[in-house]
Amino acid sequence: MALDQSFVGRTYPPTVPYEVGREKIREFAEAVGDANPAYTDPEAAKALGHPDVIAPPTFVFSITFKAAGQVVEDPQLGLDYSRVVHGDQKFAYVRPVRAGDRLTVTSTIEAIKSLAGNDILDIRGEVHDEAGEHVVTAWTKLVARAAEEA
Amino acid sequence: MTNPLTAKVAYGDVEVGTELPAQSFPVDRATLVRYAGASGDFNPIHWNEKFAKEVGLPDVIAHGMFTMAEAIRVVTDWTGDPGAVVEYGVRFTRPVVVPNDDQGAVIEVSGKVAAKLDDNTVRVDLTATSGGQKVLGMSRAVVRLG
Repeated sequence: MALDQSFVGRTYPPTVPYEVGREKIREFAEAVGDANPAYTDPEAAKALGHPDVIAPPTFVFSITFKAAGQVVEDPQLGLDYSRVVHGDQKFAYVRPVRAGDRLTVTSTIEAIKSLAGNDILDIRGEVHDEAGEHVVTAWTKLVARAAEEA
Repeated sequence: MTNPLTAKVAYGDVEVGTELPAQSFPVDRATLVRYAGASGDFNPIHWNEKFAKEVGLPDVIAHGMFTMAEAIRVVTDWTGDPGAVVEYGVRFTRPVVVPNDDQGAVIEVSGKVAAKLDDNTVRVDLTATSGGQKVLGMSRAVVRLG
């Protein structure tokens, strides 16, 4: 069943702050095999002009996707998450995420489309730091594949 | 403003068509388990072969976000400063299938400068393949150079 178009433009409340830790960044960098010292060595990060170690560019997805759960699991929207695949992902950075950040995410439904029985949902996550400064925007396109004929 | 420490690649030294050093990223089941833990994405299609096949996949597949994380390394290793990435987007066109054998899979990534933009930024178009097939589409990054 097609999703309700009236949800387009709906914005969900900001999430509880996520505190970015140095060791979590290290764990993520090691998991993707990336030895760039800006992720693990505060002095190396400072030499590049950053106040503390920074996170790899896609790190913030863990935070924005969790926030998008508010949308995905909204019973009123009624998305069948068991049929969802990740279609597109995009980030626009004001600055890199770094250790010590306390980040909140505000999710908005940007678009809902129905294509050949598939529901396509575009969610925008605006990420702000504790001072209220914009850090990054994440756009996530989710595709709920059409249910198979019984 | 040019920061000499970040100026591993200078805007003036690149042109449209400049190729970035290509890289290969191996991925096996252990890689996926580790990425699941670090990212918090525990979807069983990334570690449970039985489950993956039940939902119609050929085998366990890599997290799309893992592939996205590897592809941008071609850019961040080129510039030196990962904080220089201004924009990054991909389309997940085909899964990276990771068999449970001694080899796993390999993600091959290449990139080239597609446009020179304002403020010392360039757009890099990335190509990511696994098993000879493209796994990302519309894979583009905007990065600030020294």
